[in-house]
Amino acid sequence: MEIHVIHYLIVSTVMLFCGIYGFFTRKNLLAILISVELILNATNINFAVFNRYLYPDALEGHFFSLFGIAIAAAETAVAIAIIINVYRNVKHVLTDDINELKG
Amino acid sequence: MDISLLDIAFYVVAAVIIFFSVMAVTTGRIVRSATYLLFVLFGTGGIYSMLGYTYLGAVQLIVYAGGIVVLYVFSILLTQSDRNMRYKIPLAKFLTVLLTCLVGAGLVIFLLVSNHFALVTIPQGVELPATEIGHALIGADKYQFVLPFEVVSVLLLACMIGAIMIARKQK
Amino acid sequence: MEYTILILALPVLSFLLLALAGMKMSHRLAGTIGTLVLGVVAVLSYLTAYQYFSAPRMADGTYATLIPYHITWLPFTETLHIDMGILLDPISVMMLVVISTVSLMVHLYSFGYMKGERGFQRYYAYLSLFTFSMLGLVVATNIFQMYVFWELVGVSSYLLIGFYYTKPEAISASKKAFIVTRFADLGFLIGILIYGYYMGTFTFTPDQQMLMQGGMMLPWALGLMFVGGAGKSAMFPLHIWLPDAMEGPTPVSALIHAATMVVAGVYQVARMFTLYMGYAPETIHIVAYVGAFTAFYAAAVACAQSDIKRVLAFSTISQIGFMMVALGVCTSAHPHEGGLGYMASMFHLFTHAMFKALLFLGAGCIIHAVHSNEMSTMGGLRKYMPITHWTFLIACLAISGIPPFSGFFSKDEILTACFAFSPVIGWVMTVIAGMTSFYMFRLYYCIFWGKENKELHAAHTPHESPLTMTLPLMILAAITCVAGFIPFGHFVSSNGTSYDIHLDWSVAGTSIVVALIAIALATWMYLREDQPVADALQRTFPKLHRAAYKRFYMDELWLFVTKKIIFRCVSAPLAWFDRHVIDQFLNFLAWATNALGEEVQPLQNGRIQTYTLWFLGGIVVLTLMLLLV
Repeated sequence: MEIHVIHYLIVSTVMLFCGIYGFFTRKNLLAILISVELILNATNINFAVFNRYLYPDALEGHFFSLFGIAIAAAETAVAIAIIINVYRNVKHVLTDDINELKG
Repeated sequence: MDISLLDIAFYVVAAVIIFFSVMAVTTGRIVRSATYLLFVLFGTGGIYSMLGYTYLGAVQLIVYAGGIVVLYVFSILLTQSDRNMRYKIPLAKFLTVLLTCLVGAGLVIFLLVSNHFALVTIPQGVELPATEIGHALIGADKYQFVLPFEVVSVLLLACMIGAIMIARKQK
Repeated sequence: MEYTILILALPVLSFLLLALAGMKMSHRLAGTIGTLVLGVVAVLSYLTAYQYFSAPRMADGTYATLIPYHITWLPFTETLHIDMGILLDPISVMMLVVISTVSLMVHLYSFGYMKGERGFQRYYAYLSLFTFSMLGLVVATNIFQMYVFWELVGVSSYLLIGFYYTKPEAISASKKAFIVTRFADLGFLIGILIYGYYMGTFTFTPDQQMLMQGGMMLPWALGLMFVGGAGKSAMFPLHIWLPDAMEGPTPVSALIHAATMVVAGVYQVARMFTLYMGYAPETIHIVAYVGAFTAFYAAAVACAQSDIKRVLAFSTISQIGFMMVALGVCTSAHPHEGGLGYMASMFHLFTHAMFKALLFLGAGCIIHAVHSNEMSTMGGLRKYMPITHWTFLIACLAISGIPPFSGFFSKDEILTACFAFSPVIGWVMTVIAGMTSFYMFRLYYCIFWGKENKELHAAHTPHESPLTMTLPLMILAAITCVAGFIPFGHFVSSNGTSYDIHLDWSVAGTSIVVALIAIALATWMYLREDQPVADALQRTFPKLHRAAYKRFYMDELWLFVTKKIIFRCVSAPLAWFDRHVIDQFLNFLAWATNALGEEVQPLQNGRIQTYTLWFLGGIVVLTLMLLLV
C-alpha cells in the first residue's frame, strides 16, 4: 500500500492546530514559543510533502523547508534572548503582566 | 493488502507526532512540554527521511532537536519557568479556543479530503542525493539557491549578534 | 472711460489698507488717506459725468449706455450668467456724482466730528467699504451684481450703525437694521430667482424672446424685488430700522441713512423702470401707494418726535416716499405723457441727498455742541452757531419747497407728476409737503430759537464747530442753493431723451402757498420761548400725540407679530420638536454608539493572543461561509 499524500497532510494539520491551541491557551512565553515551533514544523512538513509528491523533479519545497529551519533557529535565538531579558526585568514571563510597552 | 515495513513506520511516526503534539500543548510542566516537542521534532525528521529527504531530516535533527531544544531547556532553567505554568485560563476562553481549533482542523481536513489529490506514488527508500543538494545550494543559475543561502547566513549572524546584545547584562 | 474701474478700486484698496494697517497709523494719517482717496474718487466721478454727458447723443436722442468693464463670472447657460462689470447710463452716472460728493463731504466732516474717538481708523475703513459697495451697486450691470453689492451695503451699514459697539442701543439698532433689511432682501432674492428662472437671464435689458418667455411672471418678480427695495429704502412697514439706525455716528446717518443707501430702493425701481412700464404697470402703482402712505405716516410721526435725529430720520422716510410716489405714478416711458415722475424722482433723489446730508451734518454740529439729541435741551443756538444756523435754514427751506432752493424744483416736478396721474394723489402729496414744512420748521425753531438752556450754557457754552465740519456744510448749502437750476431733464429722463423742465405754476404756486402756511403755523407755534399752542394741542389730544410719538406703535406691532405670533406659535413648537424629537433621536444615536463602544471596548485589550484568536476565528468563519454559500 502506498501512503497517500493526504496522510502526511493530516499529520501536519493536527500538528498545526495543536500549535495554535497552545498559542492561545498558554500564558508562559516559553510555552507559547514551543507552540510556535509546532506551527513552523507543520508548515515545513507541508513544503516537503508537496514538493515530493506533486513536483518530484523540483527542489524548491525542500529548500524552503531548509531555510525555514534556519530561520526558525534564528527566531528562537532572538526570542529566547528577549524572554531572558524580560525575566531579568520583571522576574517572570507571563504574557498578562508584560504590558509596560502597551500603547 | 500488503503492508510494507515503511508503511508501518509511517503510521507509527504519525501517531507519535500527533500524540506528542497534543501532549506538548496540554501538559502542565514546561520541561515536559519541551521534551514532548523534542519527540515531535524527531518525528518530523523521520517524515523527512521517509520522503527521501534524508539531508533535510538530518538538518532537522541537528538544528532543531540538537540546537533549539537545548536552548529551550537552558532558558527554562534560567527563567524558572515552571513556577509560571500554574495558571488558569477562563473557561469561556478555553472553550472558544478549543472550538475554534476543532472547527478549523475539521475544516482543513475536510478541504484536504475533498480536494481529490491524485494518488501519486513516490519512489520509496530512494533518497535525494546530497551532491544534488550541494550543487543547488551553491549554484547561481535558475532553480539554484546561492542568494537565499547567503541571505540566511547573514540573517543568522545578525540574529546571533542581536541575541547577544539583547540578553547580555546591562552595565 | 476705462478709468471708471478706479472709482471702484480705490475705495476698496483704501478699505483694505485702513482695515489691515489702520491701527498702526495715527488718526490724522488714516483720515487723510480715506479722505484723499474719496477726493480722487469724487474727481473721477465728476470727470466721468462730464465726459459722459458731453459726449454726443445717439440718433434717437438718448445717451449711449456704456459698459467699460464686463466679466462673465458664473456662466450657467448661454443667456443665464452672473456678470461683474461697470454700467454707465444717465442714472448710474448721476448716482456716482451724488454718492462720491456726499461721501467726500462726510469724510471731511468726520475729521472734526470723530476727532479723538476710539476706532477712528476703523471708522474710516468702514466708510471706504460702504462707499465701495454703494458705488458698485449703482454701476451694476445686472441684477445679481446689484444684489451682491446690495448685501455688501447692508453689511457696511450694519458695521457703521454698530460703530459704538459698547453701547447696547447701538448694537441692537445695528442688529435690527441688518435683520429687517435682510428679511426684505429675501423678497429681492426670490424676485431675482423668479426673474432668472422665467426669463433665463439676469440682465436689466432682456431681449424680446426672453420677455415672451417670462413676461407673465414679470409683475411678480418685480414686485418681490420691490420688497427688497422697500426694506432698504425704509418703506412702511419695513421702515422700523431706520429711526433706530440713528444710533450710529451722525455723519454715518448723513451718508447712509439719508443720502445714499436708503435711496437704493428708489434706484432699483428706476433701474427696472422700462420693465415696469412695459410689463408690470399695475405693480408700479403699488409702489406709488406704498410710497404715498409711507410719506404720510412718516411725516405724521416726525411732527411729534423730540429727538432731532429721529425727526430727520422720519423726514428721510417721508421724502423717499415722495421719490417712490413719483416713480409709481408713471404711466408711460414718455416724459411728456406720464413719464415725468421718473425724472422728478431722480431729481428729487439728487437734491434730497444734498440737503438731507446737509441737515444731518448740521444736526451733527448741534449734537457736537450740546452733547444731546433731545430738542428740549437745545434752543436759542442761533447766536452761538451762525454757520450751522444759516446752512440749516437753507436746508429747511429747500426741503419745504421754497424757491429758489433745490427742493422746490424737484418737489414741484413730483407734485406735477402726481396731479397728472390723479388729483387725489396730487392733493395728498401736497398736504404731506405742507406737513414736511411744518415739522422741519418746528425742528428749526426748537433748535435755534426759543428758550435757551441756561443750565447747559452755564456749564459749557455752545460754540461753532471747527472748519472741517463747517466747510462741508457750506459746500452742501451752496449746492442746495443752485442745484435746482440744473437742467436735470436734459440728463435724466424716462426714455433718455432731453426734456425741458418747465414749472407748472398752478401746482408750484399751490405748493408754495401750502408750504408758507405750514411755516407760518410752525412759526406761530414754536417761535416763542414758551409754546402754549403746542402744549395745549398736546393736552387736548394726548392719545394722538402719544401715538405719534410712539410712531403709531409700529415697533410694538412688529414685536407683537414676531414675539407673540411667530415666536410663540411657530418657533416655540418647532423648537420643542427640535429639542425633544430630533435632538433626542440624535442623543439616542450617540448613546447607542457609545454603548456599543463600551461593549466592544474589551476586545481592544492590547493582548496579541486575543487579536490573533479573533483573526483565526474570522478566517474560519469566512472559509465556512465560502464553503456553504
